[in-house]
Amino acid sequence: MVEYIKKIQETAKRLLEDKTVDAVIGYRQGTIPMMNEPVLIRRADQADQLYWDSFCGVNLANYLAKRKERLAVVAKGCDSRNIVIHIQEGQIKRDQLIIIGVPCQGMLDRRKVWAKLGNQEPLSVREEGDQLLVSGKGFEESFKKSDLLQDNCAVCIHRNPVISDELVADPVVEQQGIEQYEDVRAVEAMDAQARWDYFEKLIAPCIRCYACRNACPLCYCPTCFVDESRPQWVGKSLDPTDVRTFHYLRAFHCAGRCTDCGACERACPVGIKVRQFTKKLNKDVWERYQFEAGMVLDGRPPLDVYRPDDPEEFIK
Amino acid sequence: MSEPFEPKIITFLCNWCSYGGADLAGVSRLQYPPNIRVVRIPCSGRLDPKFILASFRRGADGVWVSGCHPGDCHYIAGNYFARRKFALLKGLLEHMGIEPGRLHFSWVSSAEATKFQQVVTEVTKAVKALGPAQHFIKKLPEVA
Repeated sequence: MVEYIKKIQETAKRLLEDKTVDAVIGYRQGTIPMMNEPVLIRRADQADQLYWDSFCGVNLANYLAKRKERLAVVAKGCDSRNIVIHIQEGQIKRDQLIIIGVPCQGMLDRRKVWAKLGNQEPLSVREEGDQLLVSGKGFEESFKKSDLLQDNCAVCIHRNPVISDELVADPVVEQQGIEQYEDVRAVEAMDAQARWDYFEKLIAPCIRCYACRNACPLCYCPTCFVDESRPQWVGKSLDPTDVRTFHYLRAFHCAGRCTDCGACERACPVGIKVRQFTKKLNKDVWERYQFEAGMVLDGRPPLDVYRPDDPEEFIK
Repeated sequence: MSEPFEPKIITFLCNWCSYGGADLAGVSRLQYPPNIRVVRIPCSGRLDPKFILASFRRGADGVWVSGCHPGDCHYIAGNYFARRKFALLKGLLEHMGIEPGRLHFSWVSSAEATKFQQVVTEVTKAVKALGPAQHFIKKLPEVA
C-alpha cells in the first residue's frame, strides 16, 4: 500500500507541476479510520494529502460529469469503467483526462470490520499482506482481508483499470471462476409472492435519503425523476409504494450502465443491499445482449443500440 | 351474490399500428372484452417505464403495451429500442414480485384486427385469472 501511495503522490505532483492538469481527484484519509474521503488537489504542494488503502470504495467517476478543466483522476477497475461510460455519454472528453489507474485488490467493508469488533472502537487500521490490523484502546486484532471484502468486490472480475494513462503498479491477477449472480438466481427461483416479500423486507428500512443515487456516478441528470413534481412520478411520502417506485426507477436508470462498483450499497446509511436491484439488470443485459458496461471506449450502451434479431420471446 | 371480477387493464397503443388495429377491430364489429382502457402514444418507443409504474400505482390490474411489428416502425427504429427496454423492465418488475401475468407486450399492425381481438381476449383472461392487483397500489392520497 505504501508503494501505491508514493506512486500516486509522485504522479499527482508531476502532473500538477508540469501543468498537464488543473487538478487531481483522489482520496485522502478521513477523520475516522476506514472512511477515506475524496479530495480535489489543485497545487503540487498539497499532493502529499493523497492516500490509498483498501477503504477507497468511493467511486471518483462521480466527480467528473460536466467538468470543464483538465483533470487527473485516481481510478480502480470499476471507476475506470464508469469513466468510460461518462466518455460514451458525453459527460467528459477523453483528452481532458489523465487516468491514474490503480490495480485493485478489492475494497474492504467497514461495516464488516465494525461487526467483528463488537463494542471496541477502532482508532487506527493498517494493512500487512493479506492481513488487516485494527487497533484501539487496549486491543489490537488482525483479520484476514479476504473475509472483509465488500460484497461486490468479492465477485469482481475486472479489478484492473480498463483504460489508464499511468498505472501505479503492475496489473493484479483477475479472479477466476467466480459465480457472479448466485444471489440473483436464488431470488429468481422463488415464486412471485416470495419475491415480493423478499424485496419488501429488503427496502423496509429505507428512509429515502437518496444517498444511493448521490453516490452513483451514473446519476447526473440535472433534475432527477424523484424531484419532478408535474407530473409527479414518485410521491414524497414513506409509503411503501413510493419507496418501491423509487428503487425500481433508480435501478432501471442504471440498466446496462451499472459497473457494480458498490458505491450505492456503501453509501446506504441503513445498510440496504441496493445492488440486488441493479444486479438483476446486469445479469439480464449480459444474458440477453452479451454486454458489460464500460468495457470498451467506442461501444454504446445497450439501450442506445439494437439488433433486428434481439430476443423477443415475451412479446405476443 | 357478488359480481364477477372485471379487471381494469391500462393499454398503451402505438398511434401508427396498434391503435389503427384497434380502430379496424371496432369498424369490423369484432367482439372483445371491454376491460381495456386505451392510451394512445406516438410510438412504443415513447413508453417510459414510469407510465407502467404509474398505472399500477393507481390501481390498474394489468398493463398491456402494443406497437408496430419490428421493421414497421413509423420512426424507423422506435420499437427496436422499445423492445430492449421492455425486456429489461419486465424482467425487473417480475423479479421484484409483480406477478408474471400482469404485464403484457405485443406487436399488432393496423391491418391485424383479428390479432388485436385475440390479444385483448388473451390479456384479459390472464389478468382475470390473477384476480385484483394487491401489491403495488398506493393507498395514501397523492400530494405534491
